[in-house]
Amino acid sequence: MSASTTTLTMVSDEEIAISRAFDAPRHLVFAAHTMPEHVTQWLLGPEGWTMPICEIDLRPGGSWRFAWEHADGRKLEMTGVYHEIVTPERIVNTERWGPDWPETVNTMLFTEEDGRTTVTQIVRYPSKDGRDAALATGMMGGVERSYELLDVLLAKLR
Amino acid sequence: MATDPLSRTFAALADPTRRAILGRLLDGAATVKELSAPFAMSGPAISKHLRVLERAGLIRRGREAQWRPCELDATPLQGVAVWAARYQHFWDESYRRLDTYLDEMKEQGHER
Repeated sequence: MSASTTTLTMVSDEEIAISRAFDAPRHLVFAAHTMPEHVTQWLLGPEGWTMPICEIDLRPGGSWRFAWEHADGRKLEMTGVYHEIVTPERIVNTERWGPDWPETVNTMLFTEEDGRTTVTQIVRYPSKDGRDAALATGMMGGVERSYELLDVLLAKLR
Repeated sequence: MATDPLSRTFAALADPTRRAILGRLLDGAATVKELSAPFAMSGPAISKHLRVLERAGLIRRGREAQWRPCELDATPLQGVAVWAARYQHFWDESYRRLDTYLDEMKEQGHER
């Protein structure tokens, strides 16, 4: 297949979207994202990581837990709860990368066209309570802005 | 107030006035009076924004009582940029692997 790229875009002030197309039908791509025996084969990030824990209770209110280990001893864990499951179209769940990261609400959409499936993840920050949500309004604008600031800063350092 | 460093940075950057202040500080250190000039805002209101930026580690303030210039500290901004880059990298590398794995799934007859 032709090489696909993963795109990351700022959708709104609180949301980013990560999108990628695959040369496979939707039911297969959905299974690859939701069954532990498949997920552990590919959801491994950069080279050197394995996924010893992959628990998926795929129903509203069910929880999930992914844990990775690197050959050099580093560990990473993600946890969350499923809010909505529409097989094979849509999954809504919370996601947390540990105590230093804001909890997000993620929507994963699977769309099929001409035998190719596009997966779009919309990640929304954060949702702990009203106060945090208010504080976070414009957060991704903040990321964009921080890139601008970094550009200006780097230009000055040159 | 958000407690983890990343949330503090995000929260501090969420406000347009605070982003404008940071933009101004890219040109060099400035006093509260200089920083409040472009805004229809009182000194105390600007000081409140400066305290948020200071707590997020985005600015440093001079010690002198009268002349307390504010300076930009871009270290936390690098954290935000690194976070976004890491997130994209994680999925990009995983999805490359998924391309190959989906081909295997098709061969193994998962295809209807």
